[in-house]
Amino acid sequence: MSRIAARFAALKAAGRGALVTYLQGYDPDPATSLALLRGLPGAGADLIEVGVPFTDPMADGPAIQRAALRALKAGATLAGVLALVRDFRSEDQTTPIVLMGYYNPILAYGTERFCTDAAASGVDGLIVVDVPPEEADEIEPLTKAAGLDLIRLVAPTTDEARLPRVLAATSGFIYYVSITGITGTKSASSASLAEAIPRLRRHTELPIAIGFGIRTPAQAAEAAKLADGAVVGTALVDALAASLDASGQARPNTVRLVLDQVRSLSEAIRGA
Amino acid sequence: MNKPLPNTFRQGPDARGRFGPFGGRFVAETLMPLILEVEAAYEAAKRDPEFDREWRYLLTHYVGRPSPLWLAQRLTSHLGGAKVYFKREELNHTGAHKINAVLGQILLAKRMGKTRIIAETGAGQHGVATATACALFDLPCTVFMGATDVERQQPNVFRMKLLGAEVVPVTSGAATLKDAMNEALRHWVANVQDTYYCIGTVAGPHPYPAMVRDFQSVIGVETREQILAAEGRLPDALVCAVGGGSSAMGLFHPFLDDEGVAMYGVEAAGRGVDTEEHAASLTRGRPGVLHGNRTYLLQDRHGQITEAHSISAGLDYPGIGPEHSWLHETGRVTYVTATDDEALAAFQLCSKLEGIIPALESAHGLAEVIKRAPTMPKDGIIVLNLSGRGDKDIFTVAHHLGVKL
Repeated sequence: MSRIAARFAALKAAGRGALVTYLQGYDPDPATSLALLRGLPGAGADLIEVGVPFTDPMADGPAIQRAALRALKAGATLAGVLALVRDFRSEDQTTPIVLMGYYNPILAYGTERFCTDAAASGVDGLIVVDVPPEEADEIEPLTKAAGLDLIRLVAPTTDEARLPRVLAATSGFIYYVSITGITGTKSASSASLAEAIPRLRRHTELPIAIGFGIRTPAQAAEAAKLADGAVVGTALVDALAASLDASGQARPNTVRLVLDQVRSLSEAIRGA
Repeated sequence: MNKPLPNTFRQGPDARGRFGPFGGRFVAETLMPLILEVEAAYEAAKRDPEFDREWRYLLTHYVGRPSPLWLAQRLTSHLGGAKVYFKREELNHTGAHKINAVLGQILLAKRMGKTRIIAETGAGQHGVATATACALFDLPCTVFMGATDVERQQPNVFRMKLLGAEVVPVTSGAATLKDAMNEALRHWVANVQDTYYCIGTVAGPHPYPAMVRDFQSVIGVETREQILAAEGRLPDALVCAVGGGSSAMGLFHPFLDDEGVAMYGVEAAGRGVDTEEHAASLTRGRPGVLHGNRTYLLQDRHGQITEAHSISAGLDYPGIGPEHSWLHETGRVTYVTATDDEALAAFQLCSKLEGIIPALESAHGLAEVIKRAPTMPKDGIIVLNLSGRGDKDIFTVAHHLGVKL
């Protein structure tokens, strides 16, 4: 069983949803980024998404755009992010890691070589935001061969007719984008989620994580209860950004401040 | 490699929106259903004679088409080679070719029941054209424009506002055309229900590259009729500047299967293609995926997009339409470059010899004509797409010439 499947199965048995955290690799620098990664499971992250910095993140709001620029300035590359995951994996064999990013850096690395190297580094799944099912034949056989889950976004705009096609190509879990919009801008209403998740359930057995627009512990708890997990990204990236000094460098308490926030999200989810 | 050439260059894209390996629909799932909706609406509109009739009525009575094909006699004698013709897209209403595809897209948006229009713009020509059409059709219009471009294209910013559009300066990235397109796509994702995104060039996800090309092909179709009437034969060469490449696709596409017609797309070499400051995606870039399509891009070895540079804001884009990438790889079109300085010299020469102030974009095409016409026989024919007028550029040019206005 893959780490992702094992983790969701264990959480289901424990009767709660997953806290999925998102931070960009190398934000604000490689050492802080690794310290954050290593601290996440202890602070309550059940699955970890590592954002791969890209100059033109089309689906992301200003906070994650700025995070990408900080990370790139700190020397982030796809190879560097894989090295971060390897370092993390040397100490943690069980927490699933999903890389989330855009296609062009993967193309530049070489898709096949990337899939092999990602799996060897301890990556469990990929979210490639700008590769919809219509274009997925380019990467799907390669992720499959490497044993990586290819996690797809399902959006409120994904209609009934299209849903089976999107889900057919998905493994690991479903990432439900709860709003029509970019990351970190607005939040979905409870009513719209209460309608959307059962609709998805009718089409898939896979776990469902809700993301985009989940900021507070209360929102995370609600989403994790309604679905199988809640993804929190922008709120953590904001906390990280707020902890930096005027020149964008980490301060001594950066890691602690971010992990404190993870802890409060996790407590809310566990208490729900 | 002896790859057999296709027997027609005009059948693309395929059902996946690809021209050879280029093009496609590389967008997030949130946008995908919308892109499919635009495609279905466009396919239906294409088959509707009423849609075509309405568009052509606007082209004739509002834009002023057909645009003339002008024999530039003084430039021809100055260069001492082939006869130089200008396809005068700068005489269109709003001063550039952009309005051709904008009107088509606004009619499509209306058919789709969309009530708001957004657009990205670099030099401001597409923004002005979109704002114009929105004024005409009483649609609210928001134009995303890099903050850097807002600064260097003040006259067009003011024009757009006069026309009732909201201009949103984009400060992310380098704050130029690429970033404006990112922001327009983000805004679209958040407003999919009522908003139509009017893309200004032959790039972006399918069906935009094909759709914008189809509308702009009116340029090449007219040129063909006009040159046959004037000369009784097809031209030997076509020349057009390429940024995203809409004016070039419009001129080239109707001639792609005419073997005797050579075609030259002119990329902006900025301060030189061997410097870091240029916008020559085909000459110095390599294939990648950005803004919904696979195409040649300026990028570093890690796949991060690098900034383009050109004196012309309209060419200042690190990508190019996917069909151009395909025409480049098949060898059907030859892509060359012109530097900022060559464009500036051509800008001045054209103004003095022909009494036509060309857009800096078009001046890049003209720079190639200046190099190429003298190497051709006197009975040769070369046609330049004079895609826009240069009034918007006089401040930029004055600045570069050290003149204070």
